[in-house]
Amino acid sequence: MEHPSTFAGCSEAGQDWYDLFSRGARDWLRHNEKVRHAVRAKLPEVLANADILGGDRSRTVKVPVRFLEHFRFRLREPDEVDGAGQGDVKPGDQLAAPGQQQGDDGQGEGGNNEGGVQLLLELKIDDIVEWLWEELQLPNLQAKTGVTQDDEYRREGWSRRGVRSRLDRRRSLKESLKRRSVDPQGPAFTDDDLRFRQLVRRRQPATQAVVFFAMDVSSSMRERDRQLAKTFFFWVVEGLRRQYTHLELVFVAHTVKAWEFDESEFFQVRGSGGTVASSAFTLVKDTIAARYDPSRYNIYLFYGSDGENFKDDHDAAEASLREVASRASFVGYVETPASEERALDSETGAIFKTLADAGSPIGAYALTTNESVWDAIRAFFREHVAVESR
Amino acid sequence: MAGTIENYGRKLEELARAQGLDYYPVQFEEVPDSFMMEVAVYGLPVRMPHWSFGVRYIYQLIQHRMGHSRLFEVVFPGNPGRAYLARGNSVPENTLVVAHVLGHADFSRNNALFQRSQQEVGYRIVDQAAGHARQIGAAMDEHGQERVEKILDAALALEAHIDTFRGLRRERYPEYVEDPAFNDDTFRQRFHQLPGDERPPRQHEPRQRASLPPQPERDLLWFIAQYAPELEGWERDIFLAVREESFYFYPVFACQIMNEGWASYWHARLLREADFIPQSEYLDAIKTHSDVVRPHAADRQASLAINPYHLGFCMWERIIDDLGMEKAMQIRSQDDDFSFIRNYLTEELAEELKLFRFKASKDGAIEVVDRDINALRDAILAPKYNFGAPAIVVRHVETDGTLHLVHEHETDGRGLDVKRAEKVLDYVHRIWRRPVKLETVDGRGEPRVIEAPSA
Repeated sequence: MEHPSTFAGCSEAGQDWYDLFSRGARDWLRHNEKVRHAVRAKLPEVLANADILGGDRSRTVKVPVRFLEHFRFRLREPDEVDGAGQGDVKPGDQLAAPGQQQGDDGQGEGGNNEGGVQLLLELKIDDIVEWLWEELQLPNLQAKTGVTQDDEYRREGWSRRGVRSRLDRRRSLKESLKRRSVDPQGPAFTDDDLRFRQLVRRRQPATQAVVFFAMDVSSSMRERDRQLAKTFFFWVVEGLRRQYTHLELVFVAHTVKAWEFDESEFFQVRGSGGTVASSAFTLVKDTIAARYDPSRYNIYLFYGSDGENFKDDHDAAEASLREVASRASFVGYVETPASEERALDSETGAIFKTLADAGSPIGAYALTTNESVWDAIRAFFREHVAVESR
Repeated sequence: MAGTIENYGRKLEELARAQGLDYYPVQFEEVPDSFMMEVAVYGLPVRMPHWSFGVRYIYQLIQHRMGHSRLFEVVFPGNPGRAYLARGNSVPENTLVVAHVLGHADFSRNNALFQRSQQEVGYRIVDQAAGHARQIGAAMDEHGQERVEKILDAALALEAHIDTFRGLRRERYPEYVEDPAFNDDTFRQRFHQLPGDERPPRQHEPRQRASLPPQPERDLLWFIAQYAPELEGWERDIFLAVREESFYFYPVFACQIMNEGWASYWHARLLREADFIPQSEYLDAIKTHSDVVRPHAADRQASLAINPYHLGFCMWERIIDDLGMEKAMQIRSQDDDFSFIRNYLTEELAEELKLFRFKASKDGAIEVVDRDINALRDAILAPKYNFGAPAIVVRHVETDGTLHLVHEHETDGRGLDVKRAEKVLDYVHRIWRRPVKLETVDGRGEPRVIEAPSA
């Protein structure tokens, strides 16, 4: 005779071993961790289209991600699926019209029909920048040395003479105690006991920088070109922000003339007509003269263009750019060429090349695809460090 | 209320045994609904950790929240069997579940496929799986989560690729080809004694290494565990743990229609005959029954899937009516879903149940095709062949260690989903640690070779 079945836990509702932990939640958390890693590794792609330029650094972006799929061998999706169903229908009946979404019938676990549920991953911009720096293995920039900011007064040491307001009571009392331990009959305080805080002038290395973004907005610049330049500009700003506590941005757009815009307008600007690059460089040069003393600011200029410029403007552009470059820490040129093969082999590219060959701190980058933005950024930060150490 | 389930349970058991059900004792346990959900996701109460279960868990949770799924019973065959009752269910509901479980317990003790699987895997799968989980947890502590995950990524992806005909415990292949000269084959001896040409003097050749594998190998889990060039002992153990659980899952998969139908038949019958259950509770339980075995949602005209509970239930009712209980018991012992559907899903039953065949095209159009019985049987069984996975075999291990896999596309009727196959090969490559390649065909039927690392 076999033992009878048993019935356990059917009466009490106490804590049981299975209440103590949830395996499902544990594995779900692990999944999410893997998603974060995956997103991190693909960050450049994920972010290429995200609209995160400028704005508040403590912001977050929400990146929609799919659940990870644990892959299995499966047959390819056939053009037609045969299946068995049950119900009140007759041959020839149309159960769903073309284009109609299929119900969730007939599919077990897994399957493409899992789509529809999406995970919205919230990423902090700050974290993203941090990850990117690791992923792209970018160096941290050094503030340009030799450029100094206004002297600053700092407290340092004590003196026996000084104004009342800087009297250090604690120090003075200490001196008095010292004296009276040798001479217990002495007075409570003498003038010799008094100590005053001393101020010294210190020269601080500059931590200010100004970044000029100049962009050709003539009709030949396509939407894609702007988008690429914009992405590049954004990450450059993020990189520079890691170094400079004060970073000012100046946006300049030009066609045959140049104008200064604020950030929100800058990327919306659309001009028409031709391209005279010298107009932008001259405006930058004048702005530096008026507002940004090179002895107090690290100056950066980034210029985005499709590479076309009026032939007649060649000399003027070269001259004005040379002047800017002589005052700047670094000048970057990003070209969005019409064809990949001819990248940087353009009218504007030639101007930059001439100056770079002459020793100006210039880097030139071609942006053709979303991925090339990351190559350009990597190259920029590497070259920048190289230029600095010269 | 306390104890009512136990009282009903005991009386149901008496009734079941009197009806001829023959099963190992079952340990019933009442558990929280959340636990039921996890068991449904993992397939076992305590199972190895893997992120993919987390994804299934969330889908289950979403389904549950939306009210699409209710879990009634989870039962594990064995001696003793284990069954869980959801604490959130009412007494009539759980009474039905107990009766249902007794049907399963009878099935798993007597069905040939289950018997064989239990003889091989053991009778305490719940504890064994918990042991695997512990072992894998310890490996994670020792070797780190990433390394263990790599093994599980590959092993679980190949979960269905076992060879149940060759069984769980297997010897490695002989390393050398047997010398035909030493073969005792009498025909061969007599052949050589025939008058005619002199037999060339036999040279003593060095023994020849057997090619690996000697014939196409379906049990990918076994083969990789045995022959991966640099697999460490603990890695092999994890592979084999996954494989053992697969052998356990196979009969559940291959007898689903029969098994669920049998259990449904018996819960209906036992409850009908249980005069100790008050009328109101009986009605509640029967309401639950009709929810479980209904062919499709009440608000729909038709369903594009066949509810195995319903199909199995109707088939068993018909078999017992037409052929008698003794024959039915014999069928539950000897058949699996393949023979069950082919032999006992008759044309008139299919018509009665309004089964139909449909075609769904890529553009979303779905059309009812016909009610042809043979095509219907095929359509029902098609997803069940080969543990529901594409037929992939190891063809050869090349001299440089490359693992050469072949997809038997003719068996499956079409090629593999290349994107997924590439990913799976990546998993396998990380474990095999030598190149891995797989032959299949593309959409036009042209040969297509997938490689990892990709060429």
